[in-house]
Amino acid sequence: MDYTAGKPIDDRVIEAMLPYMRSFYGNPASLHQFGQEPRKALDEARTKVAELINAEKKESIIFTSGATESNNMAIKGVAFRNKDHGTHITTSNIEHMSVINPIKYLTTRGFEATFVPVDRDGLLDLENLKHAMTDKTVLVSINYANGEIGTIQPAQEISQIVHGKKAYLHMDATAAAGQVPIDVQKEEIDLLTVSSNDMYGPKGVGALYIKEGVRVEPLLHGGGQERGLRSGTENLPSIVGFGKAAEITKKEMQAEGERLAGLRNRLIKGLLEGIPYAFLNGHPTRRLPNNAYVRFSFIEGESMLLSLDMLGVAASSGSACTAKTLEPSHVLLAIGLKHEEAHGSLLFTLGKQNTQEEIDYVISIMPSIVERLRAISPLTPEELRERCTPRK
Amino acid sequence: MEHFKNPRNMGEISDADGVGTVGNPVCGDLMTIYIKVKDNRLEDIKFKTFGCGAAIATSSMVTEIAKGKTLEEAMKITRANVADSLGGLPPVKMHCSNLAADALHAAIEDYYKKQKEKEVKK
Repeated sequence: MDYTAGKPIDDRVIEAMLPYMRSFYGNPASLHQFGQEPRKALDEARTKVAELINAEKKESIIFTSGATESNNMAIKGVAFRNKDHGTHITTSNIEHMSVINPIKYLTTRGFEATFVPVDRDGLLDLENLKHAMTDKTVLVSINYANGEIGTIQPAQEISQIVHGKKAYLHMDATAAAGQVPIDVQKEEIDLLTVSSNDMYGPKGVGALYIKEGVRVEPLLHGGGQERGLRSGTENLPSIVGFGKAAEITKKEMQAEGERLAGLRNRLIKGLLEGIPYAFLNGHPTRRLPNNAYVRFSFIEGESMLLSLDMLGVAASSGSACTAKTLEPSHVLLAIGLKHEEAHGSLLFTLGKQNTQEEIDYVISIMPSIVERLRAISPLTPEELRERCTPRK
Repeated sequence: MEHFKNPRNMGEISDADGVGTVGNPVCGDLMTIYIKVKDNRLEDIKFKTFGCGAAIATSSMVTEIAKGKTLEEAMKITRANVADSLGGLPPVKMHCSNLAADALHAAIEDYYKKQKEKEVKK
């Protein structure tokens, strides 16, 4: 139940990709017959990704190597190309590192940045966003939904504020695309990051939607592929796979979303009701259908992960004890959690292969895992200590 | 893994002769070690830990190594001893073994301090 970390490729996607590794190895740029089929496939994939987010035309989709490149291209590309109009960028304090770090980089290149806070549920503070924007603001970059706490932002309200101040809006939809419907025209989004693996496509490919008329400087200069915005021979098998994944997702998203939301609600309810001192991280209703993020007081996330792993369940934690630093997730600190609360967080991200039996299994094993670790913990209050006496 | 699954000497000693707490829940690690001393030897030792799997395993391991040793011997237990006994720890986890050895030393120092206070009272 750690789908956010990596998803399997859908079998139908693999089947669609195979011919472009075996037979149609030509370069889409070639005029001869070997280039024709690849060129057609590239167009089709572009159309399918455009349809998923209701882009006005397929040419608005630029294929990249994934969400990190798309975010870099949107942020650095818009900033460098439009610096005559302003040198200020606004973002939130719960963004992915591939948004935070390009913006931090820009602050070393003459730009200024403001990080707008979110509330306890992870929703962007819209009043604060208004105040954070200045005449110099050229770009606002906000996640469509947060991949960790699962909170979905009010895209349309954000775009009204941003456009009222005459800036461009970039949204990172890596976690959201394929889980919730996105309409870049209706929601008036200028640039949107989409990733293939997050919708059961291959890794190493993604896209940036760029609305017509939005000026962007390329990151990669070379042969002028992708309308000159992203040079380099197209990674055709992966792009075809991405297109297929987008097509499948568009068809199946609603039914699968409803199924996952049912499982998610069952898991959250089971854990919160079955275990004392358990709380939900993120918004109670405006959340991604696959995201169940629960924190347990007095214990640490990684020890829960190991316990679950021994019983055959994969999850993720809000504790960064496994990472290079000892700091817990910046997202959890941004929603106002104390360090020790953040450390006790356990993230389940559900996917296609998860069943109700698996959810019920997790609900059945978690109470004893938590009880055992609380018995070891010195932080446990008296009341729990009596309940959690160590078993011989 | 074994010391995480079945930690030894887990719990508290209500009439401990020395108690040592190190770490900080802010960093995700907090460890308390309780010792009972008889004839200059660690007669009993127990721990309580809030932390990751490695922190729990090293707490358990340090109590196993120290039990029955003289106070001087126990003071010589190093961070490396603890990690080695567990079959090595990845570099990012070395602070856990630091914590376990530090907690033991803190508990022994607490014992010495309490002994001195007793002597003063006499």
